[in-house]
Amino acid sequence: MDPEHLAQLEAALGQVTGFIYPNEVELHWSILIVIYPYLTGLVAGAFILASLEKVFKVKALQPTYRLALLTALAFLIVAPMPLQAHLGHPERAFEIFLTPNSASAMAMFGFVYAWYLMVVLLMEIWFDYRADLVRWRQNDKGVMKLVRWLISLGSRDVSPAAVAFDKKAVQFITIVGIPSAFLLHGYVGFIFGSVKANPWWSSVLMPIVFLFSAIVSGISMVLLIYYVTTLLRRKELDMSCLDALASFLFYALIIDLSLEALDFIHRLYESEESIEILEQLIFGKLFLSLTIVQILLGTIVPIVFLAAARFSELPNEMKRMIYFVAAVLVQVGIFSTRWNVVIGGQLFSKSLRGLTAYKLEFGGQEGLLVAIGLLILPFLILALLLKILPPWEDAKTDSSELSEAMTEAEPSEASSLS
Amino acid sequence: MSQNYDRRKFLAELLKFPPATIVLGVIGPVRLLAAAGTDEYEPTEHYYAMGIRVEECIGCGKCVKACKLENDVPDEPYYFRTWVERYIVYTDGEVQVDSPEGGIHGFPPVADESFPPVAAGKEILRTFFVPKLCNHCDNPPCVQVCPVGATFKSQDGVVLVDEDYCIGCRYCIQACPYGARFLDPRTKTANKCTFCYHRITKGLLPACVEVCPTQARVFGEIGDRSTPLNRMMRMSHLEVLKPHMNTEPKVYYTALDGEVR
Repeated sequence: MDPEHLAQLEAALGQVTGFIYPNEVELHWSILIVIYPYLTGLVAGAFILASLEKVFKVKALQPTYRLALLTALAFLIVAPMPLQAHLGHPERAFEIFLTPNSASAMAMFGFVYAWYLMVVLLMEIWFDYRADLVRWRQNDKGVMKLVRWLISLGSRDVSPAAVAFDKKAVQFITIVGIPSAFLLHGYVGFIFGSVKANPWWSSVLMPIVFLFSAIVSGISMVLLIYYVTTLLRRKELDMSCLDALASFLFYALIIDLSLEALDFIHRLYESEESIEILEQLIFGKLFLSLTIVQILLGTIVPIVFLAAARFSELPNEMKRMIYFVAAVLVQVGIFSTRWNVVIGGQLFSKSLRGLTAYKLEFGGQEGLLVAIGLLILPFLILALLLKILPPWEDAKTDSSELSEAMTEAEPSEASSLS
Repeated sequence: MSQNYDRRKFLAELLKFPPATIVLGVIGPVRLLAAAGTDEYEPTEHYYAMGIRVEECIGCGKCVKACKLENDVPDEPYYFRTWVERYIVYTDGEVQVDSPEGGIHGFPPVADESFPPVAAGKEILRTFFVPKLCNHCDNPPCVQVCPVGATFKSQDGVVLVDEDYCIGCRYCIQACPYGARFLDPRTKTANKCTFCYHRITKGLLPACVEVCPTQARVFGEIGDRSTPLNRMMRMSHLEVLKPHMNTEPKVYYTALDGEVR
C-alpha cells in the first residue's frame, strides 16, 4: 500500500470533528473531479455564447463567434481527461461504452460527450470554416497545407450554392446544438443532483444551477480570451462586442445568483435533517470558498462592476479594464463553485454528525500539478487551433470575392489570391 | 471341483464380467452425480438477510476483527466491511457517537470519571452499540449508479461487486447512504460486505455472525424456513436504517434508537 496515501488518510483522520463513518475518512472525488464540471461548463457556456450570434442574430457578438466555438472545442477535448485520470482502472474505461448500465447516469457520459463532440461541435466548426479552409489552402505550404486539406476533408467546392448550404447547415446544427449544450452541462449537474444519499448535492435545481453557472463561465472565458488575443495581435478591441459580452455576462450572473439564492433559502426554510451539518459546513470549512470567493468576489462584485461600467459614461479604456477584472473574478468564482459542490459535498459525514477534511496533494495522480496541467492544456490546444483555424475577422474570406478568386485561380492553383 | 463345471462354461461366465463392470461403472457415477445435483447451490432458492439485536450487542468488536480476517480487508482503520458504533446520549439531549478504529478493539469505558464528558459533569442518560454493515438493499442506489454494471444484486438477494469489471469511478461509494463501501487500495476497486458469500453458499454463517458471543447478529433467509432470523422477524419490532431513502434494506434492527443514522 502507498505509504504517502496512508499518511494522508492519517492526517485526515486527525482533522475529523464529530462522528463520521469509518469508511468516510478517505475523500473519494478529488480536485480532478472539480476540474471536470469546470471544463464542461466552459464548453457549454462558450457554445451557447456562439449560438447567440447565429440563432438569435446578436450581430455585435460576431467577432467572438468563431473564437467561442474553438474555445468550446479546446476545453471539450480536455474535459474527459481528469475523469480518465481519476479512475481506479483507466484501462477499463471503454466498458462504459461497451456495456453501459442503462440505469446509471454516469454511463450516459460517453454518449452525451460523443454526441456533443461529433455531431454538434466538430460539424458546426467544419461547415463554418469549410470555404475558408479551401481558400487558405491556396496560399499554404508544407505541413499547414496538408493539415488544412485533411481538416477540410479534401473539400474544394466554393460555389455560391455550396457556401449557402454551409450557412444553412451551421444554422441547423446551432439549433440542435443549443439543447445539446444544455444537455451536456445539465447532465453533469444531474450526476450530482441525483445522489439522494448526499443532501448537499441532492437537488432538482442542481442541473439548472450548473447550466447557468456554465453560461456565466463560458461568456467570461470567451471575453478574457478575446481580450488577451486581441491585445497580443495588437489589434483594436471591438467595444460594441465587449459591451454585448458584458451585458450577457451581467444578465447570466443575475440569474445564476437568483438560482443560488433560491436554493439557499429553500434549504434554510425546509430545514431538513441535514440543515445543522450543512450550516456547520457553510460557516466553517466552506466559509472562505463559498461565502467569500464564490458569492462575494465571484458573483456580487462582478455584478456591481459590470453594472457600473456597462450602464455608465466611463471612458472605453476604463470600461474594458473593469470588464476584464470582472471576468477574471467570475472565473475564480466559478472554479470555487465547482469546488464547493464537489469537495464540499464530501466534507460532511452521511451520518450528518461530523466533518472531515480534504488535503490537496502536490504531486501524484490526483495532485495539484496534474490539476494545473489539465487547466493549462486547453489553452495550448486553443493556441494550436487558432493557428490552424484563425477565427479573426481579418482572416475571413468574403464568399463573393472567394468564388471570383477561385475562378481566377482555377487555371493555376499556385497563383496568389491576395 | 465339480466335473460339470468345464472350461467352456467357465469362460462363458467370465465374459459376463466386462459388461457388468461397465454397467455398474456407469450407474455408480450417474447416481453420485444425481445426488450431487440436489446438493448443488441454487441461488434462486435462497433470499438472505441479517437481523441485528441492538440490545444484545456488547461492543466487543469481535465481528469487526473476524470480518477483516475472513475477507482479507486491509488492516488500516479506513477500510471496513462491518464496524460497531457507540452512542452515548446525555441527559441534556446531546448525543455523542464514536467508533474508534471501527470498534475493532472494543471501546474505552465511559462509566468512570476518566471519560472526559463525564469528568466535565455530564450525566449519561443511555448508551448502546450499533453494528453496521452493507444493508444489501432491495433497492440499492449503488447498483443503480454503477456505470458498467460491476456491482449487482444477486438472485439470492446479496449485493456484490465484480472486481474484474469495476472501473474504480467510486460513484457507488458516493451513492451509498450508509458509508458501507470503500475503495480497496490494493485492487483500486469498490469493496464491501458480501454477507460472506463464499461461506453462506456452502451453508456456513457469515464470519461476524459466527463469532458474535451474544448472538446480537442473526443471519438467515427471508421466507417460510424456520430459521432464527425468521423467528426474530416474527417476534420483534423491526427497524431499518434511513427508511426515508427508500433503499429497502435487508439488515433488520431490533431496539434501534431514533438517534441512529
